[in-house]
Amino acid sequence: MASLKQSAIDAYEWLERRLGLIKPLTAAATHPTPANNASWWYVFGSAATVLLLLQVVTGILLALVYSPSANEAWTSLGILNHNIPLGWYLRALHGWGSDFMIAIVLIHMVQVFLFGAYKFPRELTWIVGVGLLLLTLGMAFTGQVMRFDQDAYWGLGIGASIMSRVPLIGAPLVHLLLGGPIIGGATVSRFFTLHVFVIPGLLLAFAFVHIFMTLKHGVSDWPMPGRIVSKATYEREYHELTEKTGIPFVPDAAWKDAVFAAAIVFAVMACAFFFGPFGPTGTPDPTIIQTVPKPDFAFLWIYALLAFLPTSIETPFMLLVPVLVIVAMLLLPLFAAEGERHWTRRPVAVLMVSVIALTLGIFTHLGTYTPWSPIMDAWTSAPIPAKYLHNRTPLERQGALVLQDKQCRNCHSLDGVGGQRGPALDAIASRMTEDQIIRQVLQGGGNMPAYGNALNPAETKALIRFLMTLRGDNLAPAIDASRNLTRVDSPPQPAAPASKAP
Amino acid sequence: MSDLIHPDAPNPPSEIAAPDARAALHTRRAFLFKLSVMLNAAVGAVLAVPLVGYLLGPALKKGSSTGAWIALGGIDDFPVGETRLADFRSPVASFDDGDTAKTACWVRRISQQQFQVFAVNCAHLGCPVRWFAQSKLFLCPCHGGAYYEDGSRASGPPERGLFEYRYQITGTSLLIHAGDMPTLATQASCSKPKPLTQISPPATNSTSARSEWPA
Repeated sequence: MASLKQSAIDAYEWLERRLGLIKPLTAAATHPTPANNASWWYVFGSAATVLLLLQVVTGILLALVYSPSANEAWTSLGILNHNIPLGWYLRALHGWGSDFMIAIVLIHMVQVFLFGAYKFPRELTWIVGVGLLLLTLGMAFTGQVMRFDQDAYWGLGIGASIMSRVPLIGAPLVHLLLGGPIIGGATVSRFFTLHVFVIPGLLLAFAFVHIFMTLKHGVSDWPMPGRIVSKATYEREYHELTEKTGIPFVPDAAWKDAVFAAAIVFAVMACAFFFGPFGPTGTPDPTIIQTVPKPDFAFLWIYALLAFLPTSIETPFMLLVPVLVIVAMLLLPLFAAEGERHWTRRPVAVLMVSVIALTLGIFTHLGTYTPWSPIMDAWTSAPIPAKYLHNRTPLERQGALVLQDKQCRNCHSLDGVGGQRGPALDAIASRMTEDQIIRQVLQGGGNMPAYGNALNPAETKALIRFLMTLRGDNLAPAIDASRNLTRVDSPPQPAAPASKAP
Repeated sequence: MSDLIHPDAPNPPSEIAAPDARAALHTRRAFLFKLSVMLNAAVGAVLAVPLVGYLLGPALKKGSSTGAWIALGGIDDFPVGETRLADFRSPVASFDDGDTAKTACWVRRISQQQFQVFAVNCAHLGCPVRWFAQSKLFLCPCHGGAYYEDGSRASGPPERGLFEYRYQITGTSLLIHAGDMPTLATQASCSKPKPLTQISPPATNSTSARSEWPA
């Protein structure tokens, strides 16, 4: 028995003498870390790394079958889903792993920000981390293109349209993005190259540097109110803290990382198993225009934002704001390298995180149901509620027909059914007078097109008569208050019919 | 440059200041090393030219070389007063484009000889617009852009009307000039009249859309 143990030690000695990596790696893994950071709040970075490795492994396995060609990509996804044993599960793991990775990277970033862990001497670790966030999002976008379906096709169209807004070099940029004049084979090839070679290579390199710097400076100690980071004293203080309270990272702190990483991977496995792979949706045939393109979850907020930007500032906003945001994130640790780390002493930081999270959350939520989009089939699928047809004159009912036939319902809802781009019409006559409604319908305005060319006088008359009956729960009709002021000769009688000029 | 020779030097050479130490930096070997670095820089620069040229190839292609006239079908397929969806295979398609080479467009026949051919791509962000004959509007499903029957902007986020293809009628067939996927910057093949030697386009219906291409 002893000889077996001895021969194992001999084999290890032989290997390490030649390799020379095991001892330094063991030393790095067991380096002492302040006991106060062996916390469940410090597990997100390692979980993100584990998810990256999961993505690499599942990605390689998918590449065994996937065909990166505009002609075949969609078909090969179907083959993966239906013909290759467990192909659907690999696609599901890769897709859910992607969503989890974005979420964990964002949580990791928020945690580091709120804990002030980006301050001296870890500024560059943060800056590399910003690069890792952008690369992760780059993987998500190029990965969405790999799932080459209708959403991918039109998503590329949106990307190209944003590129085309760059002044002077818009057209070359579009061609560079697409690899040619149209979205096609060259586009899929270059996004495959980005998704499989370029971005993963950078991602692994950045992750290596990020982790190397974490080891070099140590995991940041738990922030305490009043314990100020100063370039003159921080490293000495950190060193003393480590001397006094240090525990070996492996195993005393790392077991929490390991448990959390296992839980996250298990969550990915469970989501993949129960919810399955994402898509693909319809075949990427641009002549099928009966489609409502939508980006993946991580980009829904951008999709929503683009619906709300005023036309006049849209292009500058699209081109400048992302640059400013990225520059601000990169410069943050350089301008805030010292000072308080604890969140209770950094109200602006807490406020920023709250506002940004709330904003992203609201826009993402809006992106899930897109109230700004017309509902293309509402005019044929959403009938006029029967209660709005009771006790109506034939002319008014004719107007209801016009309302339906002219696709008004695509943007206007009745009884909660229909588009939400325009206001609901249930009580329109209690808000607008007849004259105002006529003007709005015929001339448009605000977000409404003019229907003067699409309605003949008879249709207009009927439509307005019907709209005038929509007064909610029999509210009073809207009145033009200025009318009464102009009629000085007659006594104010609300019920008196307006006298028309002959 | 001296850092390359002594990356692990405990102090910067300037602080050593000993004459023979400085002389050590100017040995024949140090000179040869510097020379070899410069040689590699030169080779790298020359190598970079074709690599970068290859990478930028799609962007450097002249816009005038993309696009061609392509038939949409007989003009009788498009009744006067109606707007119909037509499709064609992009004349600039490549061997591996598959279905993505198929392109749709909206053809509006105004009169016997007068047409308007619109790209399906919304002028806002390129989503496919749909025609609603009853309300005489094109509606975009993405962000709610709306256009009138003549392609002009009606409402929503687009800053201009629909992109229009140039067209001509040859005999009884309708031809359009198609090339780049139309975006705000790549609409040249759609809207900029181009002098043609073989085919003269008398009926071209170029719009006032601005052109981004250098002449």
